Amino acid sequence: MGTHVIKMPDIGEGIAEVELSQWHVKVGDLVVEDQVLADVMTDKAMVDIPSPVHGKVISLGGEPGEVMAVGSILISIEVEGAGNTKDVPAAAEPVKTAPVAEAKPAPAPAPASVENKSAPAVKAPQAPVAREASERPLASPAVRKHALDAGIQLRLVQGTGPAGRILHEDLEAYLQQGPAAGASAVNPYTERNDEHQIPVIGMRRKIAQRMQDATRRAAHFSYVEEIDVTALDELRVHLNEKHGATRGKLTLLPFIVRAMVVALREFPQINARYDDEAQVITRLGAVHVGVATQSDVGLMVPVVRHAEARSLWGTAEEIARLANAARTGKASRDELSGSTITLTSLGALGGIVSTPVLNLPEVAIVGVNRIVERPMVIKGQIVVRKMMNLSSSFDHRVVDGMDAAQFIQAIRGLLEQPASLFLE
Amino acid sequence: MTQTLHTTLLIIGGGPGGYVAAIRAGQLGIPTLLVEGQALGGTCLNIGCIPSKALIHVAEQFQQTVHHSQGSQLGIEVDVPTLDIRKSVEWKDGIVDRLTTGVAALLKKHKVQVIHGWAKVVDGKTVEVGDQRIQCEHLLLATGSKSVNLPMLPIGGPIISSTEALAPTRVPKRLIVVGGGYIGLELGIAYRKLGAEVSVVEAQEHILPAYDAELTLPVAESLKKLGVKLYLGHSVTGFADNQLQVRAPDGDALALDTDQVLVAVGRKPNTQGWNLEALNLDMNGAAIKIDSRCQTSMRNVYAIGDLSGEPMLAHRAMAQGEMVAELISGKTREFNPAAIPAVCFTDPELVVVGKTPDDAKAAGLDCIVSNFPFAANGRAMTLESKAGFVRVVARRDNHLIVGWQAVGAGVSELSTAFGLSLEMGARLEDVAGTIHAHPTLGEAVQEAALRALGHALHL
Repeated sequence: MGTHVIKMPDIGEGIAEVELSQWHVKVGDLVVEDQVLADVMTDKAMVDIPSPVHGKVISLGGEPGEVMAVGSILISIEVEGAGNTKDVPAAAEPVKTAPVAEAKPAPAPAPASVENKSAPAVKAPQAPVAREASERPLASPAVRKHALDAGIQLRLVQGTGPAGRILHEDLEAYLQQGPAAGASAVNPYTERNDEHQIPVIGMRRKIAQRMQDATRRAAHFSYVEEIDVTALDELRVHLNEKHGATRGKLTLLPFIVRAMVVALREFPQINARYDDEAQVITRLGAVHVGVATQSDVGLMVPVVRHAEARSLWGTAEEIARLANAARTGKASRDELSGSTITLTSLGALGGIVSTPVLNLPEVAIVGVNRIVERPMVIKGQIVVRKMMNLSSSFDHRVVDGMDAAQFIQAIRGLLEQPASLFLE
Repeated sequence: MTQTLHTTLLIIGGGPGGYVAAIRAGQLGIPTLLVEGQALGGTCLNIGCIPSKALIHVAEQFQQTVHHSQGSQLGIEVDVPTLDIRKSVEWKDGIVDRLTTGVAALLKKHKVQVIHGWAKVVDGKTVEVGDQRIQCEHLLLATGSKSVNLPMLPIGGPIISSTEALAPTRVPKRLIVVGGGYIGLELGIAYRKLGAEVSVVEAQEHILPAYDAELTLPVAESLKKLGVKLYLGHSVTGFADNQLQVRAPDGDALALDTDQVLVAVGRKPNTQGWNLEALNLDMNGAAIKIDSRCQTSMRNVYAIGDLSGEPMLAHRAMAQGEMVAELISGKTREFNPAAIPAVCFTDPELVVVGKTPDDAKAAGLDCIVSNFPFAANGRAMTLESKAGFVRVVARRDNHLIVGWQAVGAGVSELSTAFGLSLEMGARLEDVAGTIHAHPTLGEAVQEAALRALGHALHL
C-alpha cells in the first residue's frame, strides 16, 4: 500500500492560486481512475480534477471556497503499490487563506450528494398538527443539526412523523422540492426575523469581483435604441419554416451577431480591448462574441469565436452548443475567454431597458430587450409593428458617444432591412 | 513584558464549559489557548458537582451502616460504626485529582495550550496573564459563577460556604444550612447522615422553591424522617455567639444555637476581578447577555455556562462550549436543546427535564399529567425506597411528551431516558411501546406513559 498525492495542478498560464469549488469525494471513498475528485476554479473556468489512480481517499487538502496555491496538496489517495510519495511531511500543508480550516482531514460536506441520490419516496403528507409560529419545530437533534448545516429553517419544513415530527426524510424532500413543498403548515403572514449568511465563494465570488471591477474602472455609458424587427422576424420565421427541419431553428441572436459583425467593420474602435494599466487599446480584426448565459452556478460568458467567419446557422449552432456547455458546467477555459465584444439577452425577461455591465477589458456590450407588438405611426397611419429595444453600454473612456450612437444606428439599419445583413 | 502569544481561540476559564470548548476546538484543528487561575475542571470538578456527590456517597454508606447497627430488617448486624472524616475527604480528593489530571491529559492530547494564571481582559482580542500578553481572533469567556454571600453572614470561622463544607476536618455537632435550594439540601442531608444535627432556614414557604409541591413532598417527608429541622419562611438577620438570629414569618425573633452555619443561597455569575468591564458588554441582569449562538454584544466574543446566567448547570456549559468551538470552525450552529435536565442529589433524588405541569399551563398547553408511584414498582421495594414517583407531562392533542419529572432513590439516572425522549420528540405511545427491563426503576417511566394513556398495568 502506498499513498498517491495529487497536487493542485497549474491550470492556466501564470496562475498561482486556484479556488477549490467543490469536492465530489470524501475521506474513505473508493475512487477509480478518471473519476472526478473535485472542481476547481480559475479566473474564468471551472475545471474538473480527475483521479489518475484507483484507491481510497485518505485526506482532503482543503475546504470548498478555499483558495489554494498551485502545487499544494489537493488530495491523498491510498493505492495498491508504492504510490508517488514516500512520506508527505506534515509541513507541506496547503497554503490556506480561509481563516479557520480543519487541520485534520475531515469529510467535506458534499452538497452534490442530494442530487446524486435517487429521490426518496416522498410520503403523502399526513394531516399535520397545526404548528404555531412561536412553537419550536419538533425534530431530533440530528435533524436539527442537519438543517443548520444545510441552512434550512426547520419551521418551514412540514413534518410527516408522529405529532408532526420532522424526519430526515422530510428534510431531504424539502431540500429537493424547495420551500413550496412544506410551507403550508405555517401561517404565511408570520413575522420573520431570521437571517442567514451565505459565504460568497466560487463562481459567485468571481462574478462579484468582475462586476465590481468593471463598474469601478470603466466609465459606463448606456444607449438605448428602438428597433423595428417586423421584417427581421418575418425572415426568421420564414427561414425556420423552410430550413428549420434540416439546419436547425434560428433565434434572433445569430441575426444580431451578424449585424454586429457587419457594423463593426466601420467601427473598429468598438471591437477592441482597453488595457488601462498599459494605456493601450487593441483593435481586433476577429469578432469573438461573448454570449452572456445564465448557468446554475451563475453568470457565464462563453465565446463564439470568429463570428465574422460564421454563417447564420453556423453561429446559431455554436451559440446553442456553448450555452449548453456553460449550463452543464462543461465549458472549457478556452470557450469561456477571449471575447472582443459581448452580447447579453434575457430573452422573454428582456424588459424594456437594461444597463449592461461591460465585460472588461472589452469596450462594448450589446443588450437585447424583449420584442413586443406596438402601435407605431408610419406615414400618418397607426400600424402594429414588432418592436425591440437594444440597450448597450460602452466604455466612455475610449468610446465617444457619437461613435457609440452611430454603431447602434448601423445595427438598427441592418436589422430593420434584413437583406442588407447579407449584402457584401 | 514577554513576547506576545498569538492564538485563534482564547478561552478564559477551565471549568466544564471552557475545557470542553477547548477539546472540541482542538479536534477541529483550531489553535486554542486556555487560561485557568485555579485548578482545571473549575467549580464542578473541584468544589461542586463531583466532590459533593462523593461526600453524599460517604454519608449514605455511613448512614446505612448506622441503620444496620440499630437492627435492620435486612438481617444485617454490625456494631455502631465510626467515621474518620479526614479519610473520607482524602478519598474524595483522590477522585477530584484523577479527574482534573484527566482533563489536563485530554487538553494536551488535543494540543490545547494551558496557561496557569489569572486572566485580565485588555480588549476583545487581547488578554493578559501576569506579564504575558495573549492575542486572539476569538475570545470565549467561561469564568463560571461564585457563591452568593449574605452581608450579615460573612464567610469565616463557623460560617462556611459549600467549598468549606466539602472539605470538613470534623463533622460539627450542629449545623444550620441557610438556603433550602438544591445545594443546601444536598449538603444538609449529607451532614445529617454523617451525624450532625441539621436545620435548614429558608426564606420562602417551601423547600426547593424552584419546583412544585407535589414533586418536593417526598423530599420534605424524607427530611422529616431524617430529623432535619425546617425553618420555612424564616429570614436570617445575623449571627453572634454561636447563635443564628432569624425572623419568623410572624415577626418573632429567634436565636438558633449552632456550631456551624452553611450559607447556600445560590450562585452568581463571576464577572468581577478580571477586568470584564473593559469590554463593556451588554448584560442580562448579573449575567452576560448572549444570543442563541452564545455570542455577546461584541463580535467574536462568546460567553458560556454560569457566566451567561441560568440554568447554571455544568452540562449546559459543556454543550455550549462544544457548540462555540464548532461555530468558530465555520459550521452553522445554534444552541437549541429541547430540554436541559436538572437533577437534585437529595434523598430521595429529584430530576426535572422539560416542562413541569405548571410550565405547560403557563405556556398555554393543554396537557395530560400522569404519575406512577414507586410504591407500585417491584425494584423500588427491593431497594427499600418506595418513596417518590415518575411524572409525565404530554400534550393532550397529539400526546407529544413535553416534560418528565421524577423523585425517588436513584432517579438521577432516569434523566438520560427523559432527555432522549424529549430531544427525539417522543409521544406517550413511543414510551409506552418501548419494552423497559424488569425489574428496574425505569418501568415506572413506561407505566407513567401507559397511565397517561389510561391503561397502566400495575396500578
